[in-house]
Amino acid sequence: MRRVALGALLSHWKRRPVQLAMLVLGLSLATALWSGVQAINAEARAAYAEAAATLGQDRLARLVPADAAHVDEADFVALRRAGWLVAPVLEGRMRLGGERVTVMGVDPLTAPPQEGLAALDEDDGLAGFTAPPGRGLAAPETAAELADAPLPVEPARGIAPGIVIVDIGIAQRLLDAPGRLSYLQLHPDQPPDRPALSTIAPQLEERPHDDAGELARLTDSFHLNLTAFGFLSFAVGLFIVHSAVGLAFEQRRPVFRTLRALGLPASSLMALLVAELAALALIAGALGVALGYLVAAVLMPGVAATLGGLYGAEIPGSVALRPQWWLSGLAIALAGTLVAAARDLWRTARLPVLAAARPRAWALISERALAAQLGAAAVLALVAVALAQIGGGLVGGFTMLAALLLSAALALPVILYAVLRGAQALARGPVAQWFWADTRQQLPGLSLALMALLLALAANIGVGTMVSSFRLTFTGWLDQRLAAELYVTARSDAEAEAIRDWLAPRADAILPIWYVEGDLAGRPGRVYSVADHATYRDHWPLIDAGARPWERVAAGEGVLVNEQLARAEGLWAGDGTLDLPGGPELPVVGVYSDYGNPQPQVMLGLDAFTRHYPDAPQRQHGVRAPPEAVHDLAAELRAEFDLPDANVTDQAEAKRFSLQIFERTFTVTRALNVLTLGVAGVALLASLVTLSGMRLAQLAPVWAMGLGRARLARLELWRALALAGFTALAALPVGLLLAWVLLAVINVEAFGWRLPLHVFPADWARLGAVALVTGALAAALPALRLARIAPAQLVKVFAHER
Amino acid sequence: MLLEIDGVEKSFGTGDGVLPVLRGVSLGLEAGRSLALTGESGSGKSTLLHLAAGLDQPDSGAIRVQGADIAGLGDAARAALRRDTIGLVFQQFNLIPSLDVGANLAFQARMAGRHDPARIADLAARLGLSDFLRRYPEQLSGGQQQRVAIGRTLAARPALVLADEPTGNLDEATGDAVLDLMLALVAQQGAGLLLVTHSPRLAARCDAQAHLRAGRVA
Repeated sequence: MRRVALGALLSHWKRRPVQLAMLVLGLSLATALWSGVQAINAEARAAYAEAAATLGQDRLARLVPADAAHVDEADFVALRRAGWLVAPVLEGRMRLGGERVTVMGVDPLTAPPQEGLAALDEDDGLAGFTAPPGRGLAAPETAAELADAPLPVEPARGIAPGIVIVDIGIAQRLLDAPGRLSYLQLHPDQPPDRPALSTIAPQLEERPHDDAGELARLTDSFHLNLTAFGFLSFAVGLFIVHSAVGLAFEQRRPVFRTLRALGLPASSLMALLVAELAALALIAGALGVALGYLVAAVLMPGVAATLGGLYGAEIPGSVALRPQWWLSGLAIALAGTLVAAARDLWRTARLPVLAAARPRAWALISERALAAQLGAAAVLALVAVALAQIGGGLVGGFTMLAALLLSAALALPVILYAVLRGAQALARGPVAQWFWADTRQQLPGLSLALMALLLALAANIGVGTMVSSFRLTFTGWLDQRLAAELYVTARSDAEAEAIRDWLAPRADAILPIWYVEGDLAGRPGRVYSVADHATYRDHWPLIDAGARPWERVAAGEGVLVNEQLARAEGLWAGDGTLDLPGGPELPVVGVYSDYGNPQPQVMLGLDAFTRHYPDAPQRQHGVRAPPEAVHDLAAELRAEFDLPDANVTDQAEAKRFSLQIFERTFTVTRALNVLTLGVAGVALLASLVTLSGMRLAQLAPVWAMGLGRARLARLELWRALALAGFTALAALPVGLLLAWVLLAVINVEAFGWRLPLHVFPADWARLGAVALVTGALAAALPALRLARIAPAQLVKVFAHER
Repeated sequence: MLLEIDGVEKSFGTGDGVLPVLRGVSLGLEAGRSLALTGESGSGKSTLLHLAAGLDQPDSGAIRVQGADIAGLGDAARAALRRDTIGLVFQQFNLIPSLDVGANLAFQARMAGRHDPARIADLAARLGLSDFLRRYPEQLSGGQQQRVAIGRTLAARPALVLADEPTGNLDEATGDAVLDLMLALVAQQGAGLLLVTHSPRLAARCDAQAHLRAGRVA
């Protein structure tokens, strides 16, 4: 019995392959974008975990300097002599053979056993590793990139990409850090009778092991953003599924009734419908996951570059196939389908067997339903406003976004209904009146697709505004901040001193850009030196400042902090003091914008800096020179000191590099935006194609009264254009609100800086055109079909009338 | 007794209050016999048919099919009764639009587990549908669709056929032919037929008649 009934249910799809294709396509696309983003996130997180596990950070506690920027080698020796089982690690970023990598120096004799160092157990492994020039161990893909490195780098397992493990002595030489260590690893089994840390090395403190890894925490916001966009795309895709499933249920309502009347119990009917949906979801989900893999593979290099540029996080540029990712993709497809079909399943379960045999008036609009929808939209809007008042972190921000978008989507049909009714009232002539009335009648059938289009357009406007505002602010900020004409990095302190001497008679000013790394308000950050020079006073944009900030910084009476640190710790000018690593406690006298940097940063006057951090490397400088002399000066500098090109950068190049990182950062977001708009286009196409089959009964009388097929087809096209155009207009304020939330709430929570909102009307015009083209493309096929329909098909409408 | 309807009452709620449709109707139908149920529009004919089919529940009274009271049965049991014992012919055909004529004809027989291809071929020939087996309902006229609906019911060999205006969409000649066929086939398989009709002419061809007026058997 069930098999026969299932055959009858499934025969619906056989007769409507386009509808089936749209359903599968909608669900596949939704799953693809979602699982593509998840694949990227999973890959990146796996890379972070691998990086965290490379030297056992995920399971070994460590000793770190309480205040200073580094650990002295003497502390290591003292602790070992006192019985502590510790292993030294020196970590630093540098260019090796043209590639930027993280060099990790370890002592193979005291390091805890780990997979990455297994190669050293082989014959001659240890000797080659420790004896100059040394030998590096790296992940196979990193080792392959380092063929030109000054020391041989061999592939090894258990090391994250972008990390090269070398002997500690070799690392100190490569990083020019003699006698320095980054931290000491603690073996898990320490002698119980060892002396207390405070008696041997009171300047060190124990930090527990880090399960997730610093990178995972640092990049959480980035991945949350990606997830949010993936979810938005998924939600837009679900609109298609909801629309297609809803239509299929309505079309089959008489069949459900007949099946029930012919003896199929309601429970069996429900079971069959759920099984049918589950089968469709799994097929479409599998296609979607496969498509998602392609999406991830295309986007992954951009993500890898972004994470590398923004956070120094090395992740592979390719995607691995992980079983849990496949399963989660199928699960989300299944869950999404059931959510999208829940209302229809519920209605079918409650369907009285004696309900009208005719399909329920699917395309009839109920003013009461519209009022209810408007009420729900108002409630959601109030929720968004309340969240804006209360706050609640990143999750609160995204919840506000979701409430805002859903509210706008629910309000759209109500707004369109009112607009179309107004247009009908204003229309002159019977065809125009019929056109607007008929468009209004189509609204319920198209409203889900139009909601999807609204969401996609609003997301495009919102994200586009955010990115463009960011770019405008960022470029202005770069112009101010990269005020020096030339940036020079020496290879050693001695060379830096020689360069300064050489430049002194040739440049207008030499501005040291020296820094130390250390703990700032509990997070790793940097303290920079700042010279007392007009370049800073005139160009550096301060977003908050007390009296005479530059003078006080120059006198060592205060520090400037970046916006991220100010927002995270509530440290604004005059609000408090900041403990500098290994240095004094100084008041905050100003706050500066520092876009693109996720870490806390402090500016300390040059004199105070050299006094507190005499050991800090002094190699990087900004050089002020007449712009027309910069090119020759750079060439002479390179020739004089045999400096590589990368060590002498002019202002334009520095800006180009910064903008390149900026553009990369938003490549993925932009790609997801375009894909979401594509999904919305498919939603509109799906609705128009499926509705076109039901339109004949409405169009045949008008045709019979003298409106030709070609004109009817043109009107169908105009109808889609009108609806897409109205939707684009409605999307504009929603998109701007979205941009405001992104800039004023999400960005501040995720990255720690706030940006001004700029508007870009040319972008809106372009997007409006895209919306119209989307509408026209979606309507083209149904309109073409109508233009070519045989008159006999239209006549049949009257033949079926009883 | 194949079908016993005993003192059945049924009312429906409307915007203006409760509308009594059946007010203590009692009827009986023996196997192998036919009974025409006539009456004005709104007299309760279709409601009574729906109650007899277990599609709805009476407010009071008893309905027994082959001696079993169906009033207290749950959804699954009533569905099983319709599947195994009853054949329904609807006024609006209720064919499955996505199945072709052949599949529609065989559908209820397959649901009931009594599929007999030879019988379906025979029925199709006798109903003049042999040339349309691969067509879909939307490609048929109203009369052809009604013949498919009748064929679908008879192919399942139900003990009780309940037909609601089965010839209402057919011209007189075709209607007569279809009713002839129904009566012959029902008699041939010893089934009972409860026929709802407006037509006194058609009603006269049944073994017995009952006329409903204002919810009562007149």
